[in-house]
Amino acid sequence: MERIAILRMGEVLLVTIQVEMSDELAMRLQDDLSQAIERTHAKGVLIDISALEVVDSFIGRMIADISGVAGILDAVTVLVGMQPAVAITLVELGLSLPGVATALNVERGMELLRGGLGREEHHELPAR
Amino acid sequence: MAAEESLIALLERQRGKILAQWLGELASRTGGSAKARIAADLLARQANEFFSEFMHALATGSHADIGGDEWKAVRTFLEQLSTERVLAGFSSEETAIFIFSLKRGLFDAVSSDKGRSATKVAQDLWSITELLDKLGLHTVRAFQRSREEVIDRQQTEMLELSTPVVKLWDGILALPLIGTLDSARTQIVMESLLQRIVETESQIAIIDITGVPTVDTLVAQHLLKAVTALRLMGAECIVSGVRPQIAQTIVHLGVDLQGITTKANLADALALALKRTGVKLGN
Repeated sequence: MERIAILRMGEVLLVTIQVEMSDELAMRLQDDLSQAIERTHAKGVLIDISALEVVDSFIGRMIADISGVAGILDAVTVLVGMQPAVAITLVELGLSLPGVATALNVERGMELLRGGLGREEHHELPAR
Repeated sequence: MAAEESLIALLERQRGKILAQWLGELASRTGGSAKARIAADLLARQANEFFSEFMHALATGSHADIGGDEWKAVRTFLEQLSTERVLAGFSSEETAIFIFSLKRGLFDAVSSDKGRSATKVAQDLWSITELLDKLGLHTVRAFQRSREEVIDRQQTEMLELSTPVVKLWDGILALPLIGTLDSARTQIVMESLLQRIVETESQIAIIDITGVPTVDTLVAQHLLKAVTALRLMGAECIVSGVRPQIAQTIVHLGVDLQGITTKANLADALALALKRTGVKLGN
């Protein structure tokens, strides 16, 4: 059975979607990712969808769900590399993915995560 | 009473006279403006060609119906003529006169024929009138169709021309919008902007709406769509060039520009964009 690899880079989990997303694959990813966050105590999740050419409403919602799940498990999700056609499709489908952070590419996404994580720690430290 | 000559034979016999009268009529009725634009020998050639096709169709086809196969050559000829005239800038009236001025010549030929009874003359005149009216209408229709094609083509060209995406700074793109935003246009604008965002890896896009005459709920919705798509790709969007009247209209309409950063002019938007990308300019 096909699986999407989840790579760990420090506090961040990197998910690169290189194959065409099927519904099962998306559901499996949500499962694997939530377990991986729990196991690794990841603070951030970076999902790279630059190779994703086609989305439908289901995949769109799965992406939103995955970041929602990650958020509840206290990991910030950043979606990077969305193709123009995909963005237009999602907007036309009415899926504006509110609450999901986005970035142009992996590099920017990492910057965003580092900045975000750094700020969070900074905010939390005085309170403890 | 002598056997009456058929209409076709009569017209064929009088061909030279009819053509001469037609050209004279054309010259006097179209006036100076059209004459200047179309050479006399070209007009004579067109008239001659049309008359031959007309006679051929008349001999083989029915008088009442010009939609049949026998009239196909005539129809094609008229359509071509109309297209040429549209491109040359003629009005529909000037084009239709080409057909209608043939009437005089045909009428004279029929009514001056000594061997015809009054009833036959009346009959022939009626069929000629009916026929030429139909051909005239067909010409006008073809003229309009050609003109609509021209308008269509111009519209597509305008769409393509009116969506330039400009790079203002490293990582900052600007899209000056000019003209009304409709669905088709928003689609093209959005596509070219998003494509350029990917190519240049820009993080901020400024949409300048100084050239958009009115912003109603639909236009606002289109803008929102573009902004959402940009955000999904990981870029930020600033809308600039909001004129005072437009700001008032937006508020009066109750349009919610949720989460869109707006600025009064492009300069302010650029300043903000530079600040966000961390560029510092020396004084």
